[in-house]
Amino acid sequence: MTETSFPSRPAPNDALLDVRHLKKYFPIRGGVLSRVVTNVKAVDDVSFSIRRGEVVGLVGESGSGKTTVGRTILRLGEPTSGSIDFDGADIGKLSKSAMRRYRKRMQIVFQDPYASLNPREKIRTVLGHALAVHNIGTSADREDRIVAMLEQVGLSGDYLDRFPHEFSGGQRQRIGIARALAVEPDFIVADEPVSALDVSIQAQVVNLLEDLKDKFSLTMLFIAHDLAVVEHICDRVIVMYLGRIMEIAPTRTLYRNPNHPYTKALLSAVPSPDITARKDRIILKGDIPSPINPPSGCVFRTRCPIAIADCAKIVPVPVEVSPGHFSACIRTAPQPAYGQIAAQEMP
Amino acid sequence: MSDAIGTMPNPANAIEPPLLEVEDLQTSFIVGEGQDVRAVDGVSFVVKAGETLAIVGESGSGKSVTSLSIMRLLPKKIGRISRGRVRLRGEDLVTLSEQEMRAVRGNDIGMIFQEPMTSLNPVHTIGTQIAEVVIQHEKLGKKQAHQRAIEMLELVGIPEPVRRANQYPHEMSGGMRQRAMIAMALSCEPSVLIADEPTTALDVTIQAQILDLMRNLQAKMGMAIVFITHDLGVVAEMADRVVVMYAGQVVETGTVAEIFTKPLMPYTSGLMQSIPRMGQSDVKSRLQTIPGYVPLLTKLPGGCRFRTRCAFAEERCAKAEPPLEVLDSGRSVRCVRWRELDLKTKATA
Repeated sequence: MTETSFPSRPAPNDALLDVRHLKKYFPIRGGVLSRVVTNVKAVDDVSFSIRRGEVVGLVGESGSGKTTVGRTILRLGEPTSGSIDFDGADIGKLSKSAMRRYRKRMQIVFQDPYASLNPREKIRTVLGHALAVHNIGTSADREDRIVAMLEQVGLSGDYLDRFPHEFSGGQRQRIGIARALAVEPDFIVADEPVSALDVSIQAQVVNLLEDLKDKFSLTMLFIAHDLAVVEHICDRVIVMYLGRIMEIAPTRTLYRNPNHPYTKALLSAVPSPDITARKDRIILKGDIPSPINPPSGCVFRTRCPIAIADCAKIVPVPVEVSPGHFSACIRTAPQPAYGQIAAQEMP
Repeated sequence: MSDAIGTMPNPANAIEPPLLEVEDLQTSFIVGEGQDVRAVDGVSFVVKAGETLAIVGESGSGKSVTSLSIMRLLPKKIGRISRGRVRLRGEDLVTLSEQEMRAVRGNDIGMIFQEPMTSLNPVHTIGTQIAEVVIQHEKLGKKQAHQRAIEMLELVGIPEPVRRANQYPHEMSGGMRQRAMIAMALSCEPSVLIADEPTTALDVTIQAQILDLMRNLQAKMGMAIVFITHDLGVVAEMADRVVVMYAGQVVETGTVAEIFTKPLMPYTSGLMQSIPRMGQSDVKSRLQTIPGYVPLLTKLPGGCRFRTRCAFAEERCAKAEPPLEVLDSGRSVRCVRWRELDLKTKATA
């Protein structure tokens, strides 16, 4: 297998995060002995990398595995197999204590600002914990840091002694962002950070994330289902479906010139607020299949408008169709050695 | 019949009453000892037969409470309609007894909600639940009602309707459950379907299916749809006319073309500009934002409710609450400055 089948592999020291053949299976147990009956293949052989300072979008519908990818690369769940290189070290195999050192450098912003803040803790405590856990600053200067961080995210330092319920959704999300950034990470996983927010508030938080990204030279994995937000904020985009990567491309390429039939359908399904530009819609039939029993071959074939018999037999590998643009489809991205390579056998 | 929404009916012109007419609706909730908030405060609009009217707004705008008020489904004891009329073909629903209202729900007005899992009964099969609605409103036997349920499931594009009718809600996917909800809501062929964020919980490819289905069913059955949503993309796709709500009030109404190409109220244009649009990745502009937050109903600013976040606010905006001004064209706007403003819809640099 040649290197070309690896999606967008940058020069080694250019990548902050390099994920290879990542799998995350959740076992389903059954019977009196609670034996593993089968696995939910939430993430099934996913490879991608993120350059320093880059914002990569990860999009897909429910069941696509996008959240599991985000959690697994932060080791919030153990990978089943595959490697997760962070700044040159394979953190996929680190012990819990060895992982600690890296936790400070990798943070997460969650979707639900109501569920991700402890309702009994004042903001001072919420942010103070983050600093104390990572031994940042002395207890004396922590308060200054916390106030500075709150101001960075557009909140007043006067809010220190308030509880989460005293804030609106948008303000809570700002607190969640402040908590993630308080420990000065290099890398942020933002898991649907604006999905729960109202339209007028969403724009504020998107702008805030962009500003902070520049200010702190952050690298970010931006997980979202809102394709317009992703286009706005991301440099590159990864499209997942049922645990696998369908397409990876620079943002502009993906939105202008999608290759994969799933990406095309996904983009065309987004209702457009532009009433002058009505478009022909590709309406996919049926539902997303269960990840317990995914279709053979290409996982998208059961809903694909251009599927052929071979699609049931061949697991397509990502093929570079233009510079930095990879697509896993035997119809639109001709496979290097057609019909012979199964993705699992890649080195 | 004039095209106006938000106007008082003029008996001299009215040949027949409009299909659904909400007039000066005020819905209050008890929030503390003796304290009331008006979640809906003087809302008026008309729904014409066969049209789709979108009610758009953010959380706290009162859009869902409006629909629950029309259906008289407000939480008992804490919520009540404190003023106004809701007329269905001229008949006031607000003064109906609960029993009379029950005959209206499902029969004349159907409703679907955001999360079908919580609005379907988990312990009955889909077929039984739809049949129950049919039996409530029509003189049909159990067998015939079940047959109608199967026909409805087929109509909404559920494959293998005979088998699916015997399934429970948890055996279905989210999209399938929403289809079943629609089947139930339309089983007695209501003249109005109220859809409260019907696709918000669904994935975008499934949303496209459901929107397509609703359009097809409307063409086939001719019901009017009141579509409640926060998604301006969905509004642009579905609506004939639009009602924009903010902090419990209607702030602007118009046809979908009027609202999307020439908004008159700063809030509407602010919303339009703050949504990221697809196909703009080469213009790396910042999103326009509406500063601040939606005010709490207990702490509304005096005067115009939007003024604290409005880029165009002046002194006079604080003095008195602007009325909803009805223009000759039939659209309406709640802003004292609308004549002098030239508002944008896109954040163009």
